Amino acid sequence: MTLENQPRDDGEMQMISNMLHEAYDPVLAEPVPARLARRPPRRWIPYALAAGCTLLGLGVGVATGWQLHAWEGGPAAKRPEVPAFVERAAVAHATYVPEVRHPVEVGADQEQHLVAWLSKRLGARLRVPSLDSVGYSLVGGRLLPGEKAPVAQFMYQTPQGRRLTLYVRTDASENPETAFRYAAEGKVKVFYWIDRKLGYALSSSDIDKDDLLKVANAVYRQLNP
Amino acid sequence: MSDAERIVALIPRLRRYARALAGDRSAADDLVQDTLERAWAKLHLFRPGTDLRAWLFTVMHNVHVNQLRAARPGAPLEDEMPELAHPARESDGLELRDLDLAIRRLPPEQREVLLLVALEDMSYGEAARTLDIPIGTVMSRLARAREKLRVGLGITGKLKVVK
Repeated sequence: MTLENQPRDDGEMQMISNMLHEAYDPVLAEPVPARLARRPPRRWIPYALAAGCTLLGLGVGVATGWQLHAWEGGPAAKRPEVPAFVERAAVAHATYVPEVRHPVEVGADQEQHLVAWLSKRLGARLRVPSLDSVGYSLVGGRLLPGEKAPVAQFMYQTPQGRRLTLYVRTDASENPETAFRYAAEGKVKVFYWIDRKLGYALSSSDIDKDDLLKVANAVYRQLNP
Repeated sequence: MSDAERIVALIPRLRRYARALAGDRSAADDLVQDTLERAWAKLHLFRPGTDLRAWLFTVMHNVHVNQLRAARPGAPLEDEMPELAHPARESDGLELRDLDLAIRRLPPEQREVLLLVALEDMSYGEAARTLDIPIGTVMSRLARAREKLRVGLGITGKLKVVK
């Protein structure tokens, strides 16, 4: 008997195997969820990137993929259910963006402390993207209550005082959506996506969707270099 | 049948394995979804004529390892999970729950080997190729997994282990 043919001569292994089959074979008969059964259109490109596309294809891929997401979430398309954290993000955005004296808890001058503190409270290593390339500089951030755990909000603004917020939540595992989506809550426009356990919502109330998409692109690229 | 059709046909198998590997249904299907996304994106790298199932399980293995690393950056994968409290339960279905708990306590690398061999019915060679490890490693991980299962399930085998 060769190793390749696997010596399965003992009853104990057979028993373990039987128990495993008994426990998990019912899964085979379950209907396959729709999200698994369909072959992805091009909108899954960001994942292809994570899987290691060439550098050349990277910029184009992200841009194409994201444009498609944006369209997909448009009013003409069938709208997916907006996760609760996105609504919370929009509310938090509307709450703190008009704030003149206390827009953030910890300012950008203490960025290192800000990141360390929020990472500790959220239980995940956070990164704050630098958005200078698209005209936004970091104002700072704050800790907020989320559905089950604390969340973080980072605020950015242009020299003209236009502001946007990046809302980050951890433990997003119960919502498997990894695609890039758009939602609008009143005046607040939000691009959101979920990357593994982290959920992101980028909100603005004073730039149009295309411009916000450019910023979202920049954020995504920084978080997924 | 095209490779794409064969991938779709293998989804139930991926789900079964993922359920045993990841535990709850939603985490398992997340793992399957991530695996499929990656597989679709990398399908052009699959060599026709080779074992598509093994290739898919390799992709899932890589995704799973990445997820474990992402969930616990820097933390070494512990050799033993902490003891879980046993909630009060009815005797019905006790064995399956015990099995689930026992599997859950295995270190991920031992759990994978055990499931590939005992649930997916892979040979040691197939499991070794799927996980890209030597056959000897498959065998030693399997032996350790079995030892832990014996303890967890209270199997009195030839090897009596006392904790």
